[in-house]
Amino acid sequence: MVEHKLFPDQWVDRYADYLFNYAVVRVSDAEMAKDLVQETFFAGLNSAKNFKGNASERTWLISILKRKVIDHYRRSNSNKGKAEIRVNYRTDSENEGDWMEEQVADPFSLDGDHIMENEELGMAIQECLDKLPKKQAQVFRMKTIQGMETEDICNELDINPSNLWVMIHRARTSLMGCLNENWF
Amino acid sequence: MKISCEQAADICNRTQYKESKFWERLKLRLHLWYCKTCKSYSKKNAKLTSLCDKAELCCLSKEDKENMKRNLGEQS
Repeated sequence: MVEHKLFPDQWVDRYADYLFNYAVVRVSDAEMAKDLVQETFFAGLNSAKNFKGNASERTWLISILKRKVIDHYRRSNSNKGKAEIRVNYRTDSENEGDWMEEQVADPFSLDGDHIMENEELGMAIQECLDKLPKKQAQVFRMKTIQGMETEDICNELDINPSNLWVMIHRARTSLMGCLNENWF
Repeated sequence: MKISCEQAADICNRTQYKESKFWERLKLRLHLWYCKTCKSYSKKNAKLTSLCDKAELCCLSKEDKENMKRNLGEQS
């Protein structure tokens, strides 16, 4: 069996996005998700000596993050009693007097399933991105996920547009292959 | 009017990011009409774009990562 090792100085570059994605769907608050990822790295660093090496670095970090998410909900639950709940019967002039029932969620909506599926998809894409050469994954992320302009990416990475499109092409081709089994 | 498969792939990639010109897309269409390989590539490429949109991927900004690194450095 392969013995896994930890490389904390590479954690942010390699796993921050992956962990952030995991956290943000669960706490639906980007700032909170960021904090949880940072806490996860701290906790990882502090308990690095307990790492046995039978899971990969990423699996190990995600298991720490899972605990952090649970703790986050425990903390917010303990504040429950203090929350003030106000139910406003539609008061804006235009909708005044409309029935409350109209505001109830559609019981036939498939939203829950969609969210789960999209999340799985997101993790699958991140995992596939991890397998790409670092530079390719970086260019792909900047272009596709952050939606940056070609020119800005070229300036930042000091490459020319044709370099960029070659890397995008390679990244996209690899991703198609990687996602092929489950998602195409 | 004819373009090579490499050119077709390039236009197809740029189209995914809305960075292709109208004439390029027209040439691409023509190419896809007779080139089965590129047609399949183009279809998969569009599918990848829709998958990425659907996944609503998010990632941390450069500053956020720098901050995290700094904080981690202080801790260790």
